[in-house]
Amino acid sequence: MDTLDLARWQFAITTVYHFFFVPVTISLVAITAGLQTAWYRTGKDKYLRLTKFYGKLFLINIAMGVVTGLVQEFQFGMNWSDYSRFVGDVFGAPLALEGLLAFFLESTFIGLWIFGWDRLPKKVHLACIWMVVLGTQLSAYFILAANSWMQNPVGFRYNAERGRAELTDIWAVLTNKVVLVTYPHTIFAAFMVGGAFVAGVAIWHLVRRPGVDTGAFRTALRLGAVIVIAAGAGVAISGDQQGKVMTEVQPMKMAAAEALYESEKPASFSILTVGTLDGSRELYSVKVPYLLSFLATGHFQGEVQGINPLQQSYEKLYGPGSYKPNIPLTYWTFRLMIGVGMTSAALAVLLLWATRRGRAPNRLLVWLALPLPLLPLFANVFGWVFTETGRQPWLVFGLLPTSAGVSPGTTSGEVLTSLIGFTVLYGVLAIVETKLMFRTIRGGLAGTSPEPDQPDQPDAAGKPLSFAY
Amino acid sequence: MELTTVWFVVIAGLWIGYFVLEGFDFGVGILVRVLGRDEPERRAVITTIGPVWDGNEVWLIVAGAMTFAAFPEWYATLFSGFYLPLFAILVALILRGVAIEYRGKRDDLQWRSRMDWLITIGSVLPAVLWGLVFANLVRGVPLDASHEFVGTVGSLFNPFALLGAATVTVLFVAHGAIFLALKTTGDLRRRANRLASWCGLAAAVLAVGFLGWTQGIRGDAASAVVASGAAVALLAGLLANRRGREGWAFVGTAAAVALAVTSLFLALFPLVTPSSLDPAWSLTTVNAASTAYTLKLLTVIAAIFTPLVMLYQGWTYWVFRKRVTVS
Repeated sequence: MDTLDLARWQFAITTVYHFFFVPVTISLVAITAGLQTAWYRTGKDKYLRLTKFYGKLFLINIAMGVVTGLVQEFQFGMNWSDYSRFVGDVFGAPLALEGLLAFFLESTFIGLWIFGWDRLPKKVHLACIWMVVLGTQLSAYFILAANSWMQNPVGFRYNAERGRAELTDIWAVLTNKVVLVTYPHTIFAAFMVGGAFVAGVAIWHLVRRPGVDTGAFRTALRLGAVIVIAAGAGVAISGDQQGKVMTEVQPMKMAAAEALYESEKPASFSILTVGTLDGSRELYSVKVPYLLSFLATGHFQGEVQGINPLQQSYEKLYGPGSYKPNIPLTYWTFRLMIGVGMTSAALAVLLLWATRRGRAPNRLLVWLALPLPLLPLFANVFGWVFTETGRQPWLVFGLLPTSAGVSPGTTSGEVLTSLIGFTVLYGVLAIVETKLMFRTIRGGLAGTSPEPDQPDQPDAAGKPLSFAY
Repeated sequence: MELTTVWFVVIAGLWIGYFVLEGFDFGVGILVRVLGRDEPERRAVITTIGPVWDGNEVWLIVAGAMTFAAFPEWYATLFSGFYLPLFAILVALILRGVAIEYRGKRDDLQWRSRMDWLITIGSVLPAVLWGLVFANLVRGVPLDASHEFVGTVGSLFNPFALLGAATVTVLFVAHGAIFLALKTTGDLRRRANRLASWCGLAAAVLAVGFLGWTQGIRGDAASAVVASGAAVALLAGLLANRRGREGWAFVGTAAAVALAVTSLFLALFPLVTPSSLDPAWSLTTVNAASTAYTLKLLTVIAAIFTPLVMLYQGWTYWVFRKRVTVS
C-alpha cells in the first residue's frame, strides 16, 4: 500500500475508534447532569446515587474520548499536510473555535466536577457539569461545521496563485445548510446511544440482582428507554431533512446510497438490493415505490439523479476520472445505519411497555435488550462511514481530491509505523476500557450518605477524593 | 503591529502557557515513583495535578488548532516534518491520560503500580521530545523550496537538540518538584523541596548552556536579555525554595520556563521554521500566514475568549489551592 492508502486507513481507524466514545460522552454527560439536577431539585437519594454511578461511567468514557481526540487534530498536519495547506485558512477557524470555546470549558469544568463534590457549594457544583454539557455541544457544533464545509464548501474563494481556499464569510461556514441538519441528526443519534446505554445497564442490574436498588434502576431503565424513543424520533426527522440537503449538494452520495444507476422519476426506495459483485447491476431487490423521490426531494414525483448521468456531468465539470464512491460500501452502510437505528428504537418501546406500571423485566427481555447499548452505537458508526466514504473521491467536495491532500514528504514507512502503533494501542485500550466499564457496571450503585460533606470544612480540603483517585 | 506578528505572539503565548502549565504536571508525573514511596504517597502526588492536568493539556490542542488556522503552512510543515517524534508524543499522552484517569478506578495495588509506570513514561517522553522538537525548530530543519521537510528522523538527533531535550526535561522535573513541595505536606513536601534544589541547579546549568548556544545559532539582543532573565528567575526561585517559600519558588520556575520559551520564539522571529538548506526557503510569519480576514476574525475570538479561559482556569487553581495530605 502507498502512503495515500495507509493515511486513509489510519484516518478511518482512528476516527471510527474515536467516535465510539464521542456519542456516549455527549449524551451521558447530559443525562448525568439531568440526574444531578433531579437530585438537587428533589433531594431524593436515588438520583444522587445514579448521578455518581453514571457519572463514573461517563468519566471512564470521556478519558478515552479525550486522548483519542488528540490524534485527530495532529493527524491533519502529519498525514494530510497538503490538505492542511489548502484548507487551513477556512477549516482552521472552526477548529480554533472548538479549542478555545469548547475544549477548555470541558476539561476545566470536568476537573472541578470530579474534585469539587466536597469543596463547592451544591449549586456551583451542579453548574460545573452543565458547563461540561455546554462544552460538548459547542465542540460537536464546531467540528461538524468544519466537516460540513468539506461536504459543501461555502463562504470562501479559491486563490489560484496560492493554490488554496480562503475564508470570506465565517457566518456562511457556521450556518452552512449541511451543518444545520447534520448537527441535530448527530446529537439525536448520540442521545440514542446514551439512552440505550443507561437502559441496558439498568435492566442488567434489575434482572441479575433483583431486589438491589430496584427503585433507582427502574427509574434509569425507563428514563433511558424514553430518551432512546424521543431521540429516535429526532433522528428520523433530522435524517429526512438531511437526505434532502444531501441530494441537493452531493447528489452522487444519494445516488450511491441507493445504488441508483440511472435517473428515475419517480424513484423508489430500495429496502434490499443484491447486485453483481462490482455493484454495477442489480440481481434482486425489494423496493418501496415513490419513497426515494419523497426522501430526496420532498415530492413523491421528484426526479432523483442516477450515478451514470452524474458521472458524465462531473467529467464535463472536473475532467476525466471516476467520481463514484465505493458503491457497495455506501449502499450497505446507509441501510445498516437506518435499520440498526430503527431496531434499537423498537427495542426501547418494547422495554417501556414491558416495565409499565411496576412490572419487572424478565430474563427474555434481558436477552433482547443485551445488544441494545451497542445497536445505536453501530448505527452512528455506519452513518459516519457512509457520509465520509460517500464524499469520495473528494476530500473537499468539488475542490480537492483525496489523493491531493496527503503529505508529500511523509514516507509510507512512517505512516505504517504510526498506523500499526495506534491500532495496537487502541486494541489494548479497548480491552482495558471494556473490562473497566464492566467492573464498574457490576459494582452497582455505591452507598452514599444522604448529605455530602459541607464545603470549606477544614479536613475536606486535604483528603484525596475517593471518587477520583 | 502587523496581524501576522500579532499571531506569532499569540501562538508563542499558547506554547508558553502550555510549557508553564503542563511543564509542572509532566514533572509531577515523572516524580510519581521517585518521590512517592508507597501507594498513599503516590496517590497524593497525582492528586496534586488531578483537577488541572487535563485543562493544562488543552493549551497544546489550542496551540495546534490556532497554528492550523493562523499559519497553515507552519502547521503543515511542523507536523508532517516531525512525524515520528509527534507520533511518540501522542502515544505517550494517550497512555498518560488513560493511566491518570484509570489508576483509581480499581482497588488493586498491582494495577495502580502499573498505572504509575505508565504515568512516568507518559510524562518523560513528551518532555524529552518537545525539547528535541523545539530545539530543532530553532536550529532550522531541511526544508525545500516548497517548504517541505526533506530530512530524516536521524537529522533531528544532533548535539544541540539533545541538549535542548535534556534541558527541557530537567527543567520540568524541577518545576514539578517545586509544585509538589507547594502542594503537599510533611515528609513528602520535604523530599520534594530537597529534590527541587538539586534538579533546579542541574536545570540552571543546562539552561545556560542551551540558551547560550541558541544565541550562537541565531538570536539578538532581545532574546539574549530574556534568556538571562530566565536564568535569574530560576535562581531566584531556587533561593526561595531553599527558604521554604514554595509559592515564590513556583513563581520563579514558572517565570523561568516562560522566559526561556519566550527567548526561543524571539530568536526565531520573524521566521517560524528556518530552512537549513537555503535561508530563502524558510517559512516566515508572512509566507506561512492565513489571509487578513481570517487573522482578524481569529483576533476578535481570541481577544474575547482567552481572558475568559484564563479566568476560569485560574479559579480552578484557587478552588484547589489547599495542600494535599497523605492519608
